[in-house]
Order: sequence, then C-alpha cells, then structure tokens
Amino acid sequence: MEPRGLRIALRIWVVLVLLLLFVPIALILLYAFDRSNVESWPIPGFTVRWFSVAWHDPDVRQALLLSVKVGLLATVIAMGLGTAVAYAVHSFRFFGREAISFFLVLPLALPGIITGIALSSFFAFRGIQLSIVTIVIGHATFCIVVVYNNIIARLRRVPGSLAEASMDLGARGWQTMRFVTLPMVATSLVSGALLAFALSFDEVIVTVFTAGAQNTLPLWIFGAIRLGQQLPEVNAVVSVIIAATIIPVALAARIAGSGSVTRSARAVEKARG
Amino acid sequence: MGRPRPGGGRPEPPAAAPGPGGGWPGLSAALWRRPWARATLLLTPALAWFVLIYLAALVVLLITAFWRINAFTTNIERVWNLGNFTLIFENPAYRDIVLRTVGMAAAVTVADAIIAFPFAYYMARLASHRTRTVLYVAILLPLWASYLAKVYAWLLIFTHDGLLNWSLGKAGVGPVNLIYTNWAVFIVFCYIWLPFMIIPVYAALERIPSSQIEASQDLGARTWRTLRLVILPLVLPGLVAGSIFTFSLTLGDFITPILIGGTGSNFMGNVIEQSVGIANNVPFAAAMALIPVAIMAVYLLGARALGAFRAL
Repeated sequence: MEPRGLRIALRIWVVLVLLLLFVPIALILLYAFDRSNVESWPIPGFTVRWFSVAWHDPDVRQALLLSVKVGLLATVIAMGLGTAVAYAVHSFRFFGREAISFFLVLPLALPGIITGIALSSFFAFRGIQLSIVTIVIGHATFCIVVVYNNIIARLRRVPGSLAEASMDLGARGWQTMRFVTLPMVATSLVSGALLAFALSFDEVIVTVFTAGAQNTLPLWIFGAIRLGQQLPEVNAVVSVIIAATIIPVALAARIAGSGSVTRSARAVEKARG
Repeated sequence: MGRPRPGGGRPEPPAAAPGPGGGWPGLSAALWRRPWARATLLLTPALAWFVLIYLAALVVLLITAFWRINAFTTNIERVWNLGNFTLIFENPAYRDIVLRTVGMAAAVTVADAIIAFPFAYYMARLASHRTRTVLYVAILLPLWASYLAKVYAWLLIFTHDGLLNWSLGKAGVGPVNLIYTNWAVFIVFCYIWLPFMIIPVYAALERIPSSQIEASQDLGARTWRTLRLVILPLVLPGLVAGSIFTFSLTLGDFITPILIGGTGSNFMGNVIEQSVGIANNVPFAAAMALIPVAIMAVYLLGARALGAFRAL
C-alpha cells in the first residue's frame, strides 16, 4: 500500500483537479444570471433577463434553428450509415475489414481543422455552394464514427449464440433481427444518436469551413465573443448550450453505461487497428 | 440475424421457409441466402459516403497544396508547383509559427500528463468502487460540455476584472494580465484536453493487476521504485494514447488562440483559417494543413515503434 502521506497528497490533488474542471463551468452558469452587462467578478446581482433577450433575438433564434436542423439531419444520416456499417463489420468477414475500422475513425483522430479544410477545398473543387447541405455533410462525416463506435462495441458484447438460438427455433433472418438483435442493441442506438447530436450541436471548427453565410449557434457565439459584442446574451446562450451538450451525454451514459461516452479512449482503441 | 463464425465467409444454412409474419418474404429469403449480398447492401452507403466525400476531400486537399492562386484574381490556378511549401519552410515567420505550435502541443501534452497521472492513479488504485464511478462521470461531463463554453469561461476568468485578478487581489497580490498571452492559451489548452489524457491513463492503470505491484513491494521495492520500474512502464501506452489526443487537438486548434490569445496569436490553425477566410488562398492553407497531418503521421509511427499500440 501507498504510504499515508502519499495517499493524502493524492486526495488533495484529486480535489484540486476537480475544482479546476468544474469552477469554469459553474462560473459560466453564474454569469448567465448576471444583472450587469459588463463581464466582471464578483457579479453584482442576479436576473433572468438575458435569457429572455437571447430568446427574442432573431439572430440567435435563426442560429438555434439551423443548429437543431443540422444536428437532426446529421444524426439521421449517421445513424443510417453508421448502424449498417457496424453491423456489417461485426457480422461478416471480408477483405479490407480492418481497414474500414481504421478509416472510419480518421475524422475523429485527425484534428478537426483537417476535416474542415479538406471538405472546404473539396466543395470549392466541385463547385458546390456552401449551404446547410455542406454543413450537414461535414457533421455527418464525424457523427458516423460515434454511432459506429457505440454500436459495434455493443454488438461485440452481445453473445452471437442468442441469434443462433433464435434461428434454431425457426425465426427467419429479419425476425431474428427485429426481435432478438435489435432489442439487445437498442440502448446503444439511442446513446449513439444522443452523442452524435451533442457532437454536431457543439461543433465549431468543421462548421467554420463548411458554412456559407448562415450561422449555427456555435458560429454565432464564436462571432460574438470574437467581436466582444452581446456578451450578456452569450452568457445565457452558452449556459444553455452547456446543458444541451451535457444532458444528452448524461442520458447516454445512463442508458448505455459510461463506457459508451469515452470518445477519446474508444477512438484510440480503434486507431491502433 | 445470425452471423457466420469468425473466419468463415461461408453461406449460412437457409432459414426456415418464408412464411407469414414478415414483409417481402421473397426478398428477405433471397438476401438471407446470400451473405455477400447483405454485406454489400449494408456497407455500400457508408463506404460510398466516405470514399466519395471524405477520402476524396483529403485527396483534393493534398492536390490543392501543390497548386497556387493568381495573385490578382485570387482564383485557383491548377499549376503544379512547390511554392506553398518553399514559402512555409523558407520564410522565418512561418517556420516560427510551426515551431511555436509544435512547442505548444508538446508543452500541453507534458503538463496534462503530469496533472492526469496522480488523478488517474487515485481513481484506479485508491478510490472505492463508488467514488471511482463518480470521478469517471466527473471527467466525462467536462469532456462533453460545449467546447466554446469552456473557452469562453476562461476568457471570463482571465479578463482584467475577472475571477483570477479578484482572487489575486484578495490574496494581496497585484493583478496579472494573462488574457491575450500565450500563457493563457497554454492554460486553456491544458484545461480543455485534460479529460482526453485522464481517461486512457486511468484505463491503463486499472488494467495493472494488484498482484504485480504487491510482488514488487514484496521483493523490497519502495513506493517510488515500484512506481518507476513497474507502474510507469505499464502506464506508458496509456500516456502515449492520451498524448496523441492532446498533441493532435492542440496542433489543429485555432478557436482558443483567437479567443484567448487575441488577434496577434499565431499558430498553424490561425494561419490556415486566415488563409481561407481572409486571403482566400486555399492552396496555401492546404499546404499548411498538411504539416499537422505529417507531424501526426510521424507521431503515430513513433508511438507504434515504441510498442505503445501493441501493449495497450
């Protein structure tokens, strides 16, 4: 066992790191209710006014609407493609199977700016105008990875003997799929979708390169902070975004186990091939 | 659906004869008897997406880096040349930017490893099962919380009248002007990527059997000796895995440098973003973007050579 002094030191270290992790997030939530319109500490008093201001700001509304649309579309595409490919990679042995696993993880393993600039040059090369379609394409590309990772991890844990038993009992392929396999992977489908939406809803780097004139919510926030304008509104919007990104993840962790939301560890596992 | 055993691409025994209870029995049965047809049907959409969009985009990026723009019209001229690369390597300003970015990525990686290790060690070896779960969630929430929100929070902390200077004032120390400095950028990077380091290090620590550590202690090794000779070598793959993320994410980021480092901050990401957004020089941006790709390729090969991947 570790000496007592070391154990105490480690405990203090853990508390300090936790403080480091959560003080900035707590601070954002406090600033959202800041009565003053100047960003300084300590805040003089509390109000919910800025939420209302932000809610009635047409720019914020439009950006929010676009973000939700993009998030939903990207999630739907990622679910369709990611589920199919996860199922195929899990069920069949074919040439290039390992390469697919590695290849699919690239958009998450390479810095976002690479995906962004690559797609941007690609759209320019093909003469495709930047629009909501290009944003969705960019987001879906990395959302597929999250869905794929979640579902294949689950499929690997589900014993294949159950499907075989179902077949032995006379169920046809689609029936086994629907009544045996699907229920067993259902939670990973839900958590995959939640994570994909959270990732898309928060994405800024890829969006910078794939959005035309429209703003998603992160682009609006980035612009406002960059110019130092409408910061009280930014406080309110950003605190809502924190909730919008944390709640789906907390749900996903509850539904499918916390292992399903470790986006880094999982990607590394894949990247090593 | 059942699945073939590992290693076998052989067709499955046909399922029971098509009967009532399912749609398209003919199609269903036909597909069922041909696994390759099912596999093709399932794989084609996603692979087409990846090859026709993502891979094609990466290829276009690679090609574009060897083109140039017309200085007057800023239209892309499809003329092969190495001008973008010679500019990056011969212009001292760009060389400095590359070195500064790599230095920042290295510094962030080392700092995060130092912060993460004791935390992960406590989590894996001292915490009760319940505490461990709580700590795990405590790492995951900041990991997923909005990136922009986290960066913005630090802007509020570092700003002249922010929490930091208020705290320093209470402690009787004069105010510091951290905002819009590279130190501030460094701190924010460390903060944002920390969970990416903690998780793999924790995973590596958790996998060490306690018996191995007990054996080391039974053989007379004290805590530090056990740490250095037994634990660290076993955790190295986890540290390398985490470093891949801290390093790669720092190399490509430009949001944090812009918001925390200010308009004067100069990292590779800034150059790429400005080349696209302001100068409209996509070929130069593409050439610049290939540098982090090349660095990461070397980094990954190095990690593989160290045996880090195999051991993980």
